[in-house]
Order: sequence, then C-alpha cells, then structure tokens
Amino acid sequence: MLRRIHSLPALIATLLLVVAAISGAFLSANPAIERLGTSVPANGQISVAALAERVARHYPGAEQIQRSPSGTIIVYFSQDGGTGAERVDPLSGQGIGPYAPSPFTRWVKNLHRSFLADTPGRAVAGVSALIMLVLCLSGMALLVKRVGGWRQLMRPLRGNFSQRWHAELGRVAIFGLLLSALTGLYMSAATFGLVSDGAQTEPDFPGVATTGPVAPIGTLPALQAIDLNDLRELVYPSPGASEDFYSLRTAQGDGYVDQASGALLSWRAHDGVHKTYELIYQLHTGEGRWWLGLLLGLSALSVPLMAGTGVVMWWQRYRAMPRIADNSGAQSADTVILVGSESNSTWGFAKALHDALREAGQRVHTAPMNRLATQYRQAKHLFILTSTYADGDAPGSANQFLARLDRFSDSHRPRFAVLGFGDRQFPKFCQFAIDTQDALLARGWQQSLDLDTIDRQSTQEFARWGEAVGQLFGRKLNLAYTHKHPPTQALELISRSDYGTQVQAPTSILRFGSITPQNRVARFLRRIGFNGLPRFEAGDLVAIVPPGSPVPRFYSLASGSKDGFLEICVRKQPGGLCSGMLHGLQRGQRIDAFIQPNPNFRPASGKSSVILIGAGAGIGPLAGFIRNNTDKYPMYLYWGGRDPASDFLYEPELGGYLADRRLTELHAVFSRVKQGAYVQDRVLDNASQIRQLIEEGAQILVCGSRAMAASIMHALDGILSPIDLDVRTLKRQGRYREDVFGYA
Amino acid sequence: MNKIALSLCLAGAFALPGLAQARPVILTTQLKNYSGDGAYLAIYVTDAAGQYQKTLWVSGKKAKHYKNLRDWARGSGLNRAEYDGVSGASVGSGRALKVTVDLADTLIDAGFEIRVDSAVEDGRDNPADVRTALTTQGAGKPTPGRGYVQSFTYDM
Repeated sequence: MLRRIHSLPALIATLLLVVAAISGAFLSANPAIERLGTSVPANGQISVAALAERVARHYPGAEQIQRSPSGTIIVYFSQDGGTGAERVDPLSGQGIGPYAPSPFTRWVKNLHRSFLADTPGRAVAGVSALIMLVLCLSGMALLVKRVGGWRQLMRPLRGNFSQRWHAELGRVAIFGLLLSALTGLYMSAATFGLVSDGAQTEPDFPGVATTGPVAPIGTLPALQAIDLNDLRELVYPSPGASEDFYSLRTAQGDGYVDQASGALLSWRAHDGVHKTYELIYQLHTGEGRWWLGLLLGLSALSVPLMAGTGVVMWWQRYRAMPRIADNSGAQSADTVILVGSESNSTWGFAKALHDALREAGQRVHTAPMNRLATQYRQAKHLFILTSTYADGDAPGSANQFLARLDRFSDSHRPRFAVLGFGDRQFPKFCQFAIDTQDALLARGWQQSLDLDTIDRQSTQEFARWGEAVGQLFGRKLNLAYTHKHPPTQALELISRSDYGTQVQAPTSILRFGSITPQNRVARFLRRIGFNGLPRFEAGDLVAIVPPGSPVPRFYSLASGSKDGFLEICVRKQPGGLCSGMLHGLQRGQRIDAFIQPNPNFRPASGKSSVILIGAGAGIGPLAGFIRNNTDKYPMYLYWGGRDPASDFLYEPELGGYLADRRLTELHAVFSRVKQGAYVQDRVLDNASQIRQLIEEGAQILVCGSRAMAASIMHALDGILSPIDLDVRTLKRQGRYREDVFGYA
Repeated sequence: MNKIALSLCLAGAFALPGLAQARPVILTTQLKNYSGDGAYLAIYVTDAAGQYQKTLWVSGKKAKHYKNLRDWARGSGLNRAEYDGVSGASVGSGRALKVTVDLADTLIDAGFEIRVDSAVEDGRDNPADVRTALTTQGAGKPTPGRGYVQSFTYDM
C-alpha cells in the first residue's frame, strides 16, 4: 500500500518533477552568484541617506533605489529623456555595470513556477509540490521500513544498483526536498489565495506635505535612521512635485518621507503574516541565504537520478509480477488461489491450477497471499500455494498474510486447502505452509483437503495433488505443469582448478566465458568492455539447467560480470546430477545458464567492516567480494576446510589479496589435521575482536552449508550476548545475511 | 413577472440619455521590445494637476502587483470598484494593447489628461510612462512613452 502511494504519483509526475527540480537547481545558484558579485557593507556602516547622497552625485536623475536580498544595489534613473538601470557600489555610489536580468534566467524561472503555462501551469506546479511532499514522506516511511527502524536509517544499504542509489540519494536529499516541497506548496497556496501571501494594505498617502525648501536627500532624518541592509526600495518623488513624498520600503515596514522635513510619515510596520511569508519565500528561493540556496539546489539535482532509478525499479517489479490471463475479480470468483512466493517459481504452479480450474468451468481469482481480501462473497474454495523463505519465514509475497487474516470477515469463508513447496533437504521443510494451515484452522476455517507438499518442484507430486483437487469438483483435473525459466545462455568452460579429492570433498573452481566468435568485431567489443556475459555481481546466483532435467540448480557466483568471466565453486555431490555434470566438464565444453539476482547477499555500501564466514565451497562468493574490494575496506575472512594440503580453496588468490590489503585478516581452519577445528571454533577464539567489530557497525555475510550456518549463528549469539545483541537483531537490521545450501 | 420586466424596460429607457453623453474611445498602447515578462499597465484620467479622476483600463491580473503602478494606485486607492470590469491580461514585450472604453464627454477638451503607469516584474516602475492631454485635436496622434511604452494613441 505504502509502496503504491509512493510509486503511483511518482510515475505520473516524473517528468514534471524532473523539470521543476532541474530548473530549481539552476535558479538556486543565483543567490550565490549574485552574492559573489556584491560587496555587502557591515550592519550600521551605511545608512540609506548616505547611500542616496552618493548615488545623487553620479545619478542626478535617480528615480528609484532597490536593494536585492543578496545585497545588490540597483539605481533606476532617467537621463536625457531616456531611462536606465545600473548596479552601483554601495560604498561609493558609483555605477559598476548595467542592471540587466538575464532573459534565460527569467525563462527558467517561468518554467519552474508555471511550466511556461501561466495560471494553469502554476496550478500544476502546486500539485507537483504536493506530490513531491507525498513522495518525500512515503519514501522516508518505506526506507525506515526497509532498514528496520528509525535508528537504522543511516546504516549502509544493500540492494541492486537502482535500489541502492535510490535510497542512498533519498536519505541525503530528503531534507532539502522536503523543505522545497513544503515551501513551494505554501507559495502556491498563497498564489491561489488559499493562504495569505502576507500582502498588507499600502500605507495611507500622507495628506499635506510640509511647506518649505526641498532638503538634500542626505540630510533627511528618516533616511539617516535606516541601515542600508534593511532597505528594500526607495522611490523618489516626481521631479518638481513639491507635494509628493519619498516612498520607502524596508525589511521592517513601509512608509513615506517628507521631502522638506525628512519626517517619516504613515509608517506601517510589517505584521507576523507578512514576515512569515517572506521567510518561507526566502527558504524556497535561497534569496539572501545563498548557502541554503546551494544546498536546496544540490538536493534538487538528486531528483532526476531518483526518477531514473525509481522508474527502473518500478519496471523491474512490474516485469517480475506474474501475469495471469483471464483472472476473475475477487468478489465474483467462485474459486480463489493465493500464492506465497519469493522468487516467483510457485506462480507457475498456481497458473497451471488456475487454467485447469477455469477449464473445469470455475471463475478463478489468483493473487499474491498479501492481497488477501477481507471477504470473498462468492468463493466456495480457497487454495493456498506457498513456498517458505529461509528458516521457516514467510516468502516475500506472503509476509503480511497472517496479519491480514485477522481482518477477514467471519462470514463468506471458503473452504481451504494449503499446498506447500519446498526442498526436503532443508530442516524446516514447508514450514510456512504448515504455519498458514495452523493459522487458518485456529481461526475456525473449514479445510477441504489436508496439507500437501511438493518437494523440489516435482511435477508428479503436483499432478497427484491435482487429482485430489479434481475430486472436490467431481471431475478429473489435468494439472500439467511444465518448468519455465528465463531464457538461458550458453557458456563455455575456460578454466578449472580442482581441490579436495584426497579428503573426499571434491570441489572445483570453474570459470566460464561467453561464446563469442573470434573475429575483429568481437575482439573490439571485448576491448571496450562488452564481454558477452549477462550482468551479475558476486553473490548473485547462476541457474544451471543440467541436461536431462528441466529444473535449474542454483550456484552462488564468485565473480562479477565486470571481471570478464563467470566463476563458481562447486562441491561434487554423491549422485548429484548437476554437480556431477559440472565436475565432468572439460575446457571448451558448454553449459546452459541464466542469472538470478540475489541483491541482499553482498557487502553493503559504506566503509563499515565486513566479516565473511564460510566453509567448503561456500568460499566462492566470499572470495568474489574480496576480489572486488578494490577500495580496501576492512574485510575479515573466516573459512573452514578439511586439509590444507588438499582443499585449501583459493589459497594463492587469498595470499595475493592479503598482500594488497583487499583482505585484512584471513582465518583459515582445517578439520582433518592434528588438533583440527571447525570454522565456528575459530570464530569463538576471536570472540572479543568480532564483538568489537560488530559494535562498530560491522556486517556479517555467511555462506556454506545449513549445518555450518546454524553453528555460526549459535556461536555468534554467544559472542554477542554480553552486549545485548543477537543474530536476530542483526538480521532485522540487514547486517547479517546468509547464503546457505542444503547438504551437510 | 410582467410588471417587473416592464419596469426594467422603463428603467433602461430612462438610463439611455445618460449613456448618450459618453462616447467610445479606442486606446492603443504599443510597447517597446524590452526584456522581461508581461507588463502591467494602468490607463487613467487625471486633471491638469495630476489629480486622479477615473480608471480607463488596467492590464495584469494579479492585484498584488498593482501597487507598482504607483501613481494610479495612489489615486484610485486600489479600490476594486475603480477598475472592476475594465481590466485584462498583462501585455507582452513588443505587443500592442487595443481597447475600447466609454468616456464621458465632460472629460474631453476640459483640461484633463490621460496617463499610463507601467511596471514589469523584476524591472522598473514607470509612473506616468505616458502623459497626454485629452482633447479632440489630440485624438489619433501618438504620444511617445518614457518607459516600457513605445507610443500611446486614443481615437474617438
């Protein structure tokens, strides 16, 4: 919901906001530029009378003196039947150049406040300011939610390129943007008379002037009493009109000055409303506060970048959203399918069920579990298909499901059946499906089918479940699910290094490259950085489709596409179809693969230390992170193997990284040597150092088997208990991330 | 109902002779090619001493800028009734404003003047940008302005 409040207005107003921001940024430099070309006397140094006297020497035909908020003094005068305007030096009263506001600046100003469309444009500008305000507030709320609380707001951020930059820029620019939006909104409201613009009635024109000779301007007491820095405007009386007055505007108020006596007449002091409007005007334009102007301008410059990254993020989400053809409305459907999925793989099964039920004559509504309605008026059946995330948690599209369930109406409850998707190798197999089932039963929902589970996307098991579903409808249901995955790309093995055969842990580091023709064009493209590889970073996943199985296997990447090769570290599993195939690969042989981004598993931006913990083949992505640590932030690697003589993966590379300080400390530990130990033992040995690093804001990335990850979590909980912290808290703050795989 | 309609007709008939003592006058104000946004103009009648009599036309919609049409603002007291129905949009650089107004015969050839005040945002204010005597002979003869106005002509 919050996300929609953020992205919908943003998408609609992107272009307007970008125009307003760029023009605003341009204008924001003006106060500083003007200030640079102006010498501002100290307060109390020059009175208006003194200035006027000096000006009179150089401009006998002076008609009007203005002081701009940045201190520029402008004199309007008539001379030889014509008129002119010049900037003058406040100290000497001498002209320093003509006053000619730039037509381009004026154009930009009109673009900024009305999109060059006058009154309707001003209304649009006002709406843009309102949208900006909504975006600032909703964006801040989203960011707080994402990092897990206000206190975490300044923590380093994670995510893919767009997500990271969008949030990073947002939290820096938010104050400037909020100020610009709020003040802009107020000014727009004032333009349309919704709030007062602080205009006061003009002071009454004085009745009768003092008779007597006109006094020289420098001797007028009222003008002597006003400091130049408080002057806004002084207008001279019409030449020869002895009954006329000087009219005077200052920061404090407006009035008239008698030509003969120099007395201040009809003084009208500015009221609070007027001063408020002036302050808001200054805060928006930076006039008279050049540094504020520059800050606001810099903040505004973030808007085009935020718009670009924002649109990219929206597009990525839109693309990832599964599309169900012929989806019935929630309230008109007689069967509802809810899907809990993290990487969208469960959606394929949901679609197969959807299509089969439609063929059976049902009106079917399929939606993410987070879109649970408060009632389904027509529905008789509810099917929930859900996977489980990490250690028994709700997957992304279901993390609000249980909360929403409490708001479901007591009537109109369809009978339900839950189908869990998972991998039996994981200890909490289909845990979230079980939780969902329990939650529904606890709230008194009627079950139509017992909880069933699908192991590793088995199409046979799914078809079997389909038979049970078919019986509910009294007919045969054909659940034909075919695995679909993104298009694959063929890659070629370019090198391999093998470890661990002597210690019964055959592990290989495999490097793949793109298959590009060896011609001149290809060589040129490679030279300018097009290596033909898809885009990925270390920590992302590569999905490899082994021949003879439609189900891809995922491996953590040990390189980024910028490295020019795709590297994985693979342990050969007994009887493993894919790992066996990979281990049998010779140079030049090919695989079919696609990339699955995993933006959460990578070092956060920022300078805080990174503690990398892994065992066995889990070193792959960790080695990739170290390789890319060219900025040389502190990185500590804890890694466990079996025997340094056989399976010390990446040994030569790690030595090089230590030497050039990409790696700060290496703690390698081996289990099949004398006094052997596991990685968690080494972590415990260094408890005090690790505790201190975490206190200083370090983040932890763990990669390896599930069993190892569990031991590490246990060890760290022990280490952190003296400082009232635990892994759960770190996880919530996004400072503890795992990439674990099933085998022990 | 009919009675009301009848009395309205009668009232109109009595009012007509009063209107007959005014005549339409075409005011043409040609602006210079200055650099700036649309100009605010006030065209009004004063006596020979510059005492404000009557507003003929005001260009520019935002009342908050009216104070910059200084002499006119002072004379009219910025009283809404003074310019109600005789105002329009501001006039762009190099453009001409042509309006027809009704002018009482008593103001013509009786020592009165037409004046034009002009002002532009972020530019100078020009009280009495144009001053010209309101006479039958003067009709059709352009008067140069000293500010944003290139020339001003009234035709009867």
